[in-house]
Amino acid sequence: MTPAALLAAFIAAPEGGEASFSVARMMAIIISAIFVNNFVLMRFLGICPFLGVSKQLDSAVGMGAAVIFVMVLASLGSYLVYHNVLVPHELVYLRTISFIIIIASLVQLVEMILQKFSPALYDALGIYLPLITTNCAILGVAVLNIEEKFSLGYALINAVAAGIGFTLALVLMAGLRERMETANVPASLRGLPIAFLIAGAMSIAFLGFAGLGG
Amino acid sequence: MSAMNELTKGFFKENPIFKQALGMCPFLAVTSSVENAIGMGAAATFVLVASNFLVSLFRKAIPAKVRIPAYIVIIATFVTLVDLLMNAYVPALHRNLGIFIPLIVVNCIILGRAEGYANKNTVFHSILDGIGMGIGFTLAMVIMATFREILGNGSWLNINLLGEAYQNQPLLIAILAPGAFILMGFILGFFNIMEKRRKGGDK
Repeated sequence: MTPAALLAAFIAAPEGGEASFSVARMMAIIISAIFVNNFVLMRFLGICPFLGVSKQLDSAVGMGAAVIFVMVLASLGSYLVYHNVLVPHELVYLRTISFIIIIASLVQLVEMILQKFSPALYDALGIYLPLITTNCAILGVAVLNIEEKFSLGYALINAVAAGIGFTLALVLMAGLRERMETANVPASLRGLPIAFLIAGAMSIAFLGFAGLGG
Repeated sequence: MSAMNELTKGFFKENPIFKQALGMCPFLAVTSSVENAIGMGAAATFVLVASNFLVSLFRKAIPAKVRIPAYIVIIATFVTLVDLLMNAYVPALHRNLGIFIPLIVVNCIILGRAEGYANKNTVFHSILDGIGMGIGFTLAMVIMATFREILGNGSWLNINLLGEAYQNQPLLIAILAPGAFILMGFILGFFNIMEKRRKGGDK
């Protein structure tokens, strides 16, 4: 495949999508996925890991990296299967089933490859990988790429940006919760309730991005 | 007596949202109106009962090593069914719930009940458990949506309660994203207080 043909494959839009590629649209997608429609704080995707893995900064960073990694792979896999297998054979109704199988097997594959070739990275990300299969942010970004009628290039950009948005929320939350350890929280709000209240305050802050980037 | 217990334990005692903190994503996302909450609750309950039934029926046939993928495929099948049915018969609701209908697949309540209950209990009890947990989930969503819709829109199930003057200037934040987090924080805090009172009373 020549570079030109590869590029054409990346920006070819599906039926009903935008045909051209522009930097302005790319920036809009990035800003939208990270800030305006932040996956955790605005779209409520990936709440379980957001609350479960945000107690320490280190594990938040590890989880974030694993999510970005799997999100990009899952977007690529699901996009190719949807537009090259399901659409031509009129099997669109199998979308949910095929996507969840793709994600589950990808996670398994990534886990095995990491274990074999990069034990150090496996030690760092390993415990988060099994959790990612049931992370609705992954399936969410795969489905959103299809529903927004993105081209493959836009879909991958959207996946990276969504992953960064997730990581941003997770890391901010972990930083705040580490400080909460020493704070004097009312007894009845300790644990999950105060985590929700913090998330609400963060969500208000992110509401300020509304309207940015269209 | 035991069957009754299987059915009712999901309502409060083991409520998936308030007691187990499972299924948070759809819970926070669709509770901006009571109508959406009931729709999501019905869809999730159907998937829960159907998948519990099938998982329990095949619990001796599915090898332990591949049980999780098998459960996920069973659940995804019923989710696709619900997706198509809702698209055909309640298109407006289908549009409102949007991406959260396919996302029922990764709702931890459903996989949790398949793995934690249906694969070691009889078909009859698994169905009752599914109905109970589904009602518990729906009940939790309706409670949350009641707060959010009344505060944020002055109405309940689209019935105007607080009058036009309120609807022109409602507490909009309640139906926006932050309102969901903040209200959930207070509701869980309230449950903590109740729990403590109850324990204190026992002594």
